[in-house]
Amino acid sequence: MEFIKPDTKIDFVRWMKAAIIISLVIILTGIVSIIWHGGLNYGIDFAGGSLVQIKFKEEPEIDKIRSNFEEIGLENSIIQTYGTHELVVRTPEARTDLKELEAKIGTSLATAYPTGSFEIQRTEVVGPKIGKDLTKKALLAIIFSWIGILIYVGFRFEFRYAVGGVIALIHDVLVTLSIFSLMNKEFDLNIVAAMLTIIGFSINDTIVIFDRIRENSRKNIRMGQRDIINMSVNQTLSRTILTSLTVLMVLVVLFFFGGSVIHNFVFTLLVGTMAGVYSSVFIASPVVLLFERIKPSSRTRKK
Amino acid sequence: MFKNIKFRAAVATLVFLAALFYLIPTLLPNLPDFWEEKLPKDKIHLGLDLQGGMHLVLEVDADKAVEATLERLANNFKETLMDNKIRFRKMDRDSGKTITLELTDPGQRDAFDKILKNHYPDLSSTRSETIEGREKLYLEMNKKRMDEIKKMAVEQSLETIRNRVDQFGISEPEIIPQGDDRILIQLPGIADTRRAKNLIGKTALLEFKLVDDEHSLEEALRGNIPEGTEIVYGSHVDRETGRQTSSPYLLKSKTLLTGDSLESAKVQIGDRLGKPHVSIRFNSQGANDFERITGENVKKQLAIVLDGNVYSAPVIQERISGGQAQISGAFTMDEARDLAIVLRAGALPAPVTILEERTIGPSLGQDSINKGIWSCIVGGILVAIFMAIYYRFSGIIADIALGINLVRLLGIMVIFGATLMLPGISGIVLTIWMAVDANVLICERIREELRSGKTARASVEAGYAKAFLTIFDANITTLIAALFLFGFGTGPVKGFAVTLTIGIVVSMYTAVFVTRIIYDYLIWNRKMTRLSI
Repeated sequence: MEFIKPDTKIDFVRWMKAAIIISLVIILTGIVSIIWHGGLNYGIDFAGGSLVQIKFKEEPEIDKIRSNFEEIGLENSIIQTYGTHELVVRTPEARTDLKELEAKIGTSLATAYPTGSFEIQRTEVVGPKIGKDLTKKALLAIIFSWIGILIYVGFRFEFRYAVGGVIALIHDVLVTLSIFSLMNKEFDLNIVAAMLTIIGFSINDTIVIFDRIRENSRKNIRMGQRDIINMSVNQTLSRTILTSLTVLMVLVVLFFFGGSVIHNFVFTLLVGTMAGVYSSVFIASPVVLLFERIKPSSRTRKK
Repeated sequence: MFKNIKFRAAVATLVFLAALFYLIPTLLPNLPDFWEEKLPKDKIHLGLDLQGGMHLVLEVDADKAVEATLERLANNFKETLMDNKIRFRKMDRDSGKTITLELTDPGQRDAFDKILKNHYPDLSSTRSETIEGREKLYLEMNKKRMDEIKKMAVEQSLETIRNRVDQFGISEPEIIPQGDDRILIQLPGIADTRRAKNLIGKTALLEFKLVDDEHSLEEALRGNIPEGTEIVYGSHVDRETGRQTSSPYLLKSKTLLTGDSLESAKVQIGDRLGKPHVSIRFNSQGANDFERITGENVKKQLAIVLDGNVYSAPVIQERISGGQAQISGAFTMDEARDLAIVLRAGALPAPVTILEERTIGPSLGQDSINKGIWSCIVGGILVAIFMAIYYRFSGIIADIALGINLVRLLGIMVIFGATLMLPGISGIVLTIWMAVDANVLICERIREELRSGKTARASVEAGYAKAFLTIFDANITTLIAALFLFGFGTGPVKGFAVTLTIGIVVSMYTAVFVTRIIYDYLIWNRKMTRLSI
């Protein structure tokens, strides 16, 4: 069975300008959205605060619950539905006594709902101090890993490839963040893990194409860089489609049946995977080409 | 050596079986008896987000440990000065870090300096000023010594908390230092969080002090606290009414004996009313001290103070030998048991504050696990079917490789005792995906070679050779990223990096070593000339 005929010749490089514009538009919209929302919608992992998750037997009426919570001084809390019968209540201040908060919410709900019809599933509190620390460390770790990739790819291939690869990575993370912000989804530590996965996915995908470009450049010294890139992307297209299809297949199953806890997580992976495939075809290699125009590589000049 | 197919097959089988062996306790809910006794029974550790439980981050107030040390030094110093007949007045501690005193006779300064230098190397006099003919001196602790004490305080806290948690009987706790002064504690499967918090967070400094019966308590409460005494409260909650009562005691400041001298502590049920109390036993030094103290203070009240709260202040009836004592109070059985645990494990060298606390309901954890696992299985089966359809026989080889891969990855995680959390699962998802990709790369390359008219054997050779370079670069790049994440990341980022690192190494081995054995067997031993790919 074959999806892509071996002699397929699509001029990918031709789409480079359009691709860069599309990506910039998405990223800029994302940045505007992040500013509009006043930053990402940080979960308590980052923002600090308390969280109570309640599961109801029947579908709860949010308005009723909100007015209930106002009476006990939780008017600043964010109430979100989570799955079909679950609620997440987040309060900005970090309470030290979780039991007290739990009891307060419990008694407040008991006036409106019969006992046994709801269950408090988890309570968490995170000091804002921790949140700041975590954000900084997670961010640093990611940036250092980018530098690591830059060095290795620069060493194994050439510097311009490293730049193309890392730009594609940053592109994928930014696009995912943009869409995340547009949907106003909650950004927590699990999303950081998803972002890390996207980085891994993206760099793997990009390297496969780079590898083919390197191989083809050696075999066809006279061929122009543009044609080499087109040829390489076409040759690896079958693999790109097949691999991303399998991963999307798993993600779609997880998205619909994986449960509410990993819903956002899988959503991030879905967006990031698609961005990753797109960027390795349309962004990474064109950047190499672009870089070549600005500063021709020493290797080609010698020849 | 690696040309020999039998040898390669043996290595691959051995590695697979070893991984499966370590994975068996995780897979089988009930282990056979012989396994329970002799063989490894570690299961995959599930993180709190999957299993439910309690997560705490504590901050050790290391400055308090420095202050306590300084306090002790100041007391000793006072006695040394008195022993050496050096006259001074107004010895005091300023702002926690400085000891001040006035030398009444400036002529004794040399003798004073000598004592300081010879007996108290940790202290040094930083400055002095002369007030009305008396010399006022400021003593401070060395910076180096202070740092040492702080570091020790964190290390000791860690050890003490580990001890307490162990004795409480929580399985697989994670207690690890974080940064300079923080401790991360994860207790899977804990439901009674208040009790756990109490157990971990209690300083548990046990002190025995004499009640001052020479001065009037009323006078002291009015503000005239005599030199060398302090007011300490004993609070008490009435079980039935829930009312808290608190009564003051005037105690001599000097601590006669501390919890350091304890050998053991256990819960006993009193004869009357069947109320539990904690019975303690001193070590030999402590027993001697206790005998001396009780002997010298018959008919006086000895207060038992725990973390600045007077538990009881019984009157000493007679000299007590044998080193036994008891702490009574209106304990519930659990409270008495927890108190015994903290006393046995010892006091924290410094108070701790809880910075972060999370409890996660286990039902939620179980729920998400089940859904997640089922979705993964369904997704995995879909991919396997798809691969088999797309690459036919070669697809089935790839599927076998993936299955082996997963078993080995999980097996190695058990061996390393790595904890599986949601980020770790995403690491697994990524490595499985990379393994699928490696197989796809190989298959595509072989197809290309076949298309150019090569024989099956040549195509497999060339396909593997070319795909290997790509797989190597892609995997090593990701591995480097993972190592950086491991080095700089904390918590979930680190967990992700661990599974990813193990996964990459495992899947690279499968992609280039294990599947190759099958192809080689078919081509060399079965003389296959047409590949189904």
